[in-house]
Amino acid sequence: MQKTRLSRQQMANRLAREFQEGWLVNLGIGIPTLCSNYDQGNREIIYHSENGVIGYGHIYPKGEEDLHLVNAGGQYITLVPGASIVHHADSFSIIRSGMLDVTVMGAYQVAENGDFANWKTPGRKGGGIGGAMDLAVGAKRVFVAMQHTTRDGQPRLLKQCTLPVTAVGVVTLLATDLGLFEITEDGVLMREIAPGYEPQEVQALTGARLTVAKDLKELGI
Amino acid sequence: MRNKVVSSFDEAVANIPDGATIMVPGFAGPGMPRNLLAALLRQGAKELTGISNHPGAGPLDGQVDLGDLIKAGRLRKMVCSFTAAPHPSQATDFEKLHEQGLIEGELVPQGTLAERIRAAAAGIGAFYTRAGLGTELAQDKEHRTIEDKEYLLEYPLHADYALIRAHRSDTFGNLQYRLSQRNFNPIMAMAARVTLVEVEEEIVAVGEIDPDQVHTPGICVDRVVKIPADGIWDRPVDRE
Repeated sequence: MQKTRLSRQQMANRLAREFQEGWLVNLGIGIPTLCSNYDQGNREIIYHSENGVIGYGHIYPKGEEDLHLVNAGGQYITLVPGASIVHHADSFSIIRSGMLDVTVMGAYQVAENGDFANWKTPGRKGGGIGGAMDLAVGAKRVFVAMQHTTRDGQPRLLKQCTLPVTAVGVVTLLATDLGLFEITEDGVLMREIAPGYEPQEVQALTGARLTVAKDLKELGI
Repeated sequence: MRNKVVSSFDEAVANIPDGATIMVPGFAGPGMPRNLLAALLRQGAKELTGISNHPGAGPLDGQVDLGDLIKAGRLRKMVCSFTAAPHPSQATDFEKLHEQGLIEGELVPQGTLAERIRAAAAGIGAFYTRAGLGTELAQDKEHRTIEDKEYLLEYPLHADYALIRAHRSDTFGNLQYRLSQRNFNPIMAMAARVTLVEVEEEIVAVGEIDPDQVHTPGICVDRVVKIPADGIWDRPVDRE
């Protein structure tokens, strides 16, 4: 069977499938933004953006943008009926107080204890935190979507992060282009695997020890 | 009520001195006081400290923002939630100067930044938050356990001037923002000692704005300028 790594949209879709009716969801820049493209059917999901937008919909077609309305990635968005706007301090009150059911973020690295790193890369003096540290400690759940390995093939799912962490012990679910991984108290559980891959092949590309779920499934794409 | 309308952006920013601390709102475009920033660039004040979510979009955007003042060497320090772009290829003018040690940077998580501004606006002496726990940023901060949870101590951020962009204003400076233009504007308008505002729509007489619909009360505002037709208006930006 042909080995197929998941696309960015497929990773986003897999995490978006976990969202439950009525959840308040914050999507980070990059792959997570794509979660809002997933068809939730009859489930109502409310999307929150750091800049105080509660209840946004799809991205505006080019040429019809409202220049007063963007999401956290700076994309021009629409509002759904029932949307509301708050200022930045109130927006982060929502974030820190635990009202968000989930935040989905991108990362450079995730560790087997749920630490993750997404704000500083080697050799650069500065960093880009944005709202990540507030989201990571405030949301009820932290999901991460990232490529399983770096461009030169090094693992990103590790025993311990080597880059400066964004938060400690918060990630519970990770989608990569090779599978779906749950971070548990006993380490990393591989629940689903990309088509055509064997667990030992994914393990070889992983810095943390993987436990394979008894009912390991192929990640439907 | 006192009329706070002034006729030009240059007049509005004229007395900002060297060494002042300025707050600049805006988030990915909306709410950015581009006309006041352009006037401050012309005015020439230097050794400024900037408090803003982002030190300017730089080459990504091509519109006037805080990055223009940074590039001109007018700031000595930035307090912001991005001292580096997500990818080196998107490096801002700030980042290049920061790497060379020519400008200071204080990196603050975005929610902590907003709350530190709000604390200044609200007369709060300090507060505790969990954002940044267990990270490099927590190293020199006071830790405290409250109800079995660990927190970090954070202090307010005060400013001399806030440069604000609003959608509507009356002559007293009662302001309304439109959609995500609101972002940092209301808290910065309250936190600064002097608040200067650029307004998109025609400035209306007092009494024209429903008191229930005022986002920033005029008592927090000092000078208001209408953006003329040939002023700086936002342009759409392509973002993936």
